[in-house]
Amino acid sequence: MRKEIIALILAGGQGSRLGILTKLTAKPAVMYGGKYRIIDFSLSNCINSGIDTVGVLTQYRPLQLTHHIGIGKPWDLDRLNGGVTILSPFTKQLKGEWYSGTADAVYQNMHYIEEQNPKYVIILSGDHVYKMNYSMMLDFHKKNNADVTISAIQVPIEEAHRYGVILATDEGKIYGFEEKPKEPKSNLVSMGVYIFNLNVLKESLIEDHHDNNSGHDFGKNVIPKLLKTGKRLWAYTFSGYWRDVGTIQSYYESNMDLVTRVPEFNLFDPNWRIYTPNPVKPAHYIGPKGYVIRSIVAEGCMIYGTVINSVIFPGVTIEENACVENCIIMSNSTVKQGSYLNCTIIGEKTVIGTGVKTGIGEYAENIFNSKIYNSKITVIGSDAVIPDNVTIGCNVVIDNQIMPGDFPFTYIPSGYALLKGDGGHV
Amino acid sequence: MYSMMGIILTGGKNNRLKELSAGRSISAVPFGGKYRAIDFALSNMINSGIRNVGIPTQYNFHSLIDHLGSGKEWDLDRKNDGLFILPPCLSEYGTGWYRGNADAMYSNLTFLNRSNEEFVLINQGYAIYNMNYTDMLKHHVDKDADITIACRHMTDFPKEYLCALGIVETDTDMRITDMQEKPLNPKSDFASMGVYIIKRKLLISLLEESAAHGYYEFVRDIIIKKVNELRLYAYEFKGYWRPLCNIQLYYMANMELLNPEIRYELFEKNGKIFTKVKDEPPAKYNDEAVVKNSIVADGCIIEGHVENSILFRGVKIKRGAVIKDSIIMQDSVVCENALLDCCILDKSVIITAGKQLKGDKNWPLIVGKNVVV
Repeated sequence: MRKEIIALILAGGQGSRLGILTKLTAKPAVMYGGKYRIIDFSLSNCINSGIDTVGVLTQYRPLQLTHHIGIGKPWDLDRLNGGVTILSPFTKQLKGEWYSGTADAVYQNMHYIEEQNPKYVIILSGDHVYKMNYSMMLDFHKKNNADVTISAIQVPIEEAHRYGVILATDEGKIYGFEEKPKEPKSNLVSMGVYIFNLNVLKESLIEDHHDNNSGHDFGKNVIPKLLKTGKRLWAYTFSGYWRDVGTIQSYYESNMDLVTRVPEFNLFDPNWRIYTPNPVKPAHYIGPKGYVIRSIVAEGCMIYGTVINSVIFPGVTIEENACVENCIIMSNSTVKQGSYLNCTIIGEKTVIGTGVKTGIGEYAENIFNSKIYNSKITVIGSDAVIPDNVTIGCNVVIDNQIMPGDFPFTYIPSGYALLKGDGGHV
Repeated sequence: MYSMMGIILTGGKNNRLKELSAGRSISAVPFGGKYRAIDFALSNMINSGIRNVGIPTQYNFHSLIDHLGSGKEWDLDRKNDGLFILPPCLSEYGTGWYRGNADAMYSNLTFLNRSNEEFVLINQGYAIYNMNYTDMLKHHVDKDADITIACRHMTDFPKEYLCALGIVETDTDMRITDMQEKPLNPKSDFASMGVYIIKRKLLISLLEESAAHGYYEFVRDIIIKKVNELRLYAYEFKGYWRPLCNIQLYYMANMELLNPEIRYELFEKNGKIFTKVKDEPPAKYNDEAVVKNSIVADGCIIEGHVENSILFRGVKIKRGAVIKDSIIMQDSVVCENALLDCCILDKSVIITAGKQLKGDKNWPLIVGKNVVV
C-alpha cells in the first residue's frame, strides 16, 4: 500500500552557537530535559502522529546520533515496511559531496523518497524542542489543497528577525516570505516544518539543484522561489511550546522551564509520550541528608547533597555537603563533597572534585568567544575532571576532556576559557 | 566452555504475599521502584550468558506475560533460542493446570528435548539477588555432581522465617547428605536458594521417572527422595539473597534497598538488572518537597514529605502529605495532608485528602490495586 506521508528529519547541523556542547556531537544529539536528546522530540512526534517512515539526514559528527537512533526501537520505528533510516552523505560514481544546504540534503536523497513513493513528505528539523501532531497539519494541508504547508508560530516581534518571516491572510494563505529580514513585517515565523506534495518537492528541488546562484536552503531559496512561481503555500499556525534551543542561553532556559511547578512544556502527558532509549539503571535514591526541590531527577542518580532548581540526568552522583543550584548536570557525572555549583552546565561523565565552586563572582566578557559565551552560565564539557578546591567564575568555558593537569591556577576568573590544544576548533 | 539453558519456575497459587499476589503470580510482584520480582532471576541468566530461557507459568500469569512480552528488554527476542513462555495446556503429556513444578517441566519436555544445551539452570522467579551462575557451573563440573544446589548461610535472616526455606546438610566436601523442605525446627541456617544446575538429559529422565510414579514436586519428590542415590552438591553463595516468602520479607527486602551497599551489589557489581521500560519523564520535585532516604522512580511528582520509602513510577505525592516507611506502587496518588506510615499501596491506589493509614514494621498495612481510600 502506498504510504500517505513520510518524514525527513534534518539532523546534520552542528549548532555552532552551543559551543563545546556540540564540539563532539551534532546538535540533535545534545542531551535535554533530564533524560532525552533533542531529536527525541521530532522522532516521538512522528510516531505519535502516525508517521512510521522516517529518514534522518546526518552529516556533522553523527556517531552519537546514529548510536542513539539505532534501528529505532525506542520509538517503535523498527518496522518491516518503513521505519527509521539514517541517510548520510555518500560518494557517487563520479564524485562525492557533502550536503551543501537543507534543500540539497533532501535532493541528494530523492532516491529514498522515490522508493517510498508517498503522497506527501514532511520535512522537519531535528534540533527543535516541541510536541506537535503532524497529522493535524496534514489535514490542514489537504483541506486547503496546498502545494506546500509551512508550520508557523507567533514570536515577539523583536525576535522575528532571527527566523523566516511569513505574511499570510487570516485563513493562512501565504503571500509573502522573507528569511531573516532586518525589519520583519510580521511576527508569524516559520518553524522549519514543511509538508510538500511529492511532485512539488521533486520539481522544486531539481530546479534548485540546477540553480547555481542558490544556497540550496529551504528557507532562503526554495520557499521564496515557490511563492514567486505562484504555488499554493499555506501557513499552519501552531500555538504550543516550541524552542530552537540554538544558543547556550536558550538551551539553558528551556531546560529550566521544565522545573517550574506547572511547566508550559508538559512531559508527563501519557497521550503524547516522548521516547528515548532508557538507561538500564535502578530508580534514583535520595540520601538521609539529601534535599531536592524545584528540580527534575532521572533514574540511577544518588543524591546525598542538596539540589535546587536543577535538571539532573541519569546516573549522576551528588555527594554529601555538595550543593547544586540552577544547574544542568548530564549523565553519569559526579559532584564530590563540599562543592557548590551555581548556574553551570556540566557534560556527561565529568567529575567535579571536592570543594569546587562554580558560578562565582560577577559577569565578565568571555575571552575566547563572546558571541557564543555571552551569559552568566558557565559551561563544563564531557569527560572532564575538575581538580579539588578550584574556584570557577561565571561565563567560563571548560573544554571536554580537560584533566586536572590542564588547570593553570586554582582560581578561574569569570569569562575565562580553558580549552584543549585545538582550542580554535569550537 | 559449557552450554547452559535456563528454566524459571514461577510458582503456583499461594497467598503468601496477601493482596499483592492475589491478582498476579508472585514472580510478577512489583519490587524496588521499577522492577518485578522475576527481573532478577531473568537478568541473572542473561548476565551469565544464558540465551535459551523457558518460563512455565501457572497462577494468574497475565501480568507476567504482559511484563515479559517478546523478551526484548532482556535481549531475548532472538531468531535462535530466546524466551519461551510456557503456559499450561491440554496435550498428550499435560492435563491442563500444572500440578507442581516438576509437572510444569514435565509438561514441557518438548522444549527440553529440542534444546541442545548440555546443562539446565533452574531458578525461582520470586527471589531478589544478583548472581553470576558461571562459577556455580564450574563447581558443578569440578565436583562431577548430578545436581548442584545453590545454598546460603542465612545469618542475616530472621530465624522465624527459616522454616519457609529448604534446609541442607552437607559433608565437608559440600556433598548434600540431607535436605528438609520447610522444616518446623531447622537444624542449621544453610538454606537452599532453589537454584539448581543439572544435565539436561538427566533432568529429562528424572522428570519422566517421577511423572510415571505420579509425583509432581521437584524438591519433595525428586531431590529429597534421591539424596543418597544421586550426587547432590551444594554451592555456597555469599551474596545478598532474599526470597519473597511472605509480606514481612517482601517489606524487608524493599527497605534494604535503602542501604547503598545492597543497592550496589544488586544493581551494579555483578551485572545490570533489566526490566520492561515505561518511558516516563524524570521525577519532578516541587518547592514543598522534602525527601529523605528514599527511592524514587521516573514519572513521580512530589510536593510532600517522603521518608524511608520506595516510590514506584508515576506516583504523585501532593502537598502536605507525609509518607514514612512505605512502599507505593505505580501510578498511585496520595492527596493533600494524607499520612501513610508502614503501608504498602498496590498499583493505582488513591489515598484521598487527609486520610491517615498506619501499619506496623512487622505487619505493614496493604491496600489492594485500584482501591480508593
